[in-house]
Amino acid sequence: MRVGFLHSLIRKDEKLLIAELRKRGDMELVFLDDRRLVFDLAARPPVDVVLERSINHSRAMHALRLFEGVGTVCVNAYEVARRCGDKILTAASLRDHGVPQPEVRIAFTPESALDAIEELGYPAVLKPAVGSWGRLLSRVNDRDAAETILEHKAILGSYHHSIFFVQKYVEKRGRDIRSFVVGDECVAAIYRTSDHWITNTARGGRASDCPVTAELAEISLRAAEAMGGGVLAVDIFESDGGFLVNEVNYTMEFRNSIDVTGVNIPERIVSYLRGVVR
Amino acid sequence: MHECPVCEAEVPISEDPLEGELLECEECGMELEILALDPVTLGEAPDAEEDWGE
Repeated sequence: MRVGFLHSLIRKDEKLLIAELRKRGDMELVFLDDRRLVFDLAARPPVDVVLERSINHSRAMHALRLFEGVGTVCVNAYEVARRCGDKILTAASLRDHGVPQPEVRIAFTPESALDAIEELGYPAVLKPAVGSWGRLLSRVNDRDAAETILEHKAILGSYHHSIFFVQKYVEKRGRDIRSFVVGDECVAAIYRTSDHWITNTARGGRASDCPVTAELAEISLRAAEAMGGGVLAVDIFESDGGFLVNEVNYTMEFRNSIDVTGVNIPERIVSYLRGVVR
Repeated sequence: MHECPVCEAEVPISEDPLEGELLECEECGMELEILALDPVTLGEAPDAEEDWGE
């Protein structure tokens, strides 16, 4: 089986996947560097499956669409990347499938966004629809801050910063959960703990093992199914009313989660590829 | 060992280097990329872009 490895920069996560792929006698690794690819809409890459590990969302999404257009199976699928890469589409997909999530509002002008924030109440969280690693998230504590942030976004931001995704702030008590879904199984989960309200490990959140209970597995699999399934990391808040799905990531980073969970996540991903091609 | 193109400190390279691999210079903290393998050539890694992430 020839595995096309779609990548740009190769981080520790990608190295772990590459090492795992090279262990398999029945898998041939074909590097597809997104910085060198040229697509002509008709040519099919000489691979049986593409494993997407691009660091750029826009490149990943378009490459997946083009690969699938010529009949190449991709992990994850284009539609999954599209839904996960845009928080508005994620929220809509979670709603379509009845998956609990924090209350959200979407608005297209600073004025209507201010109305949305006031309606949800303070603090609220403003997020760029496309973004990752906890960057450019704003906890809006009062109306003065809301007006200032919205004005800055409208004037200084690129066009997609003028599409306002507002989320009701959920008190996380210093931690949230990231679960890892591979196919039809929730293989592992971590707590991400931080003194800061942003708990991403990319921002200093500490990873520790989180038991995969039946309840956690269920909401993780439901969230993954809402996105279209595949290899996904689900970010979950523990609220008084139960679990709430915050985000779903389609090019999941797992390097900080292998040792603490004891689960060889890259091995599980590579094994999943075999089943997708059959 | 190879030289950091920014601060000229020695940068250790793993036994199985890959083109495109991301490294960090422990001396100056600069993120580096392996640009070529034969011979191993290091350059500054590109800055994070707005759509980078998971």
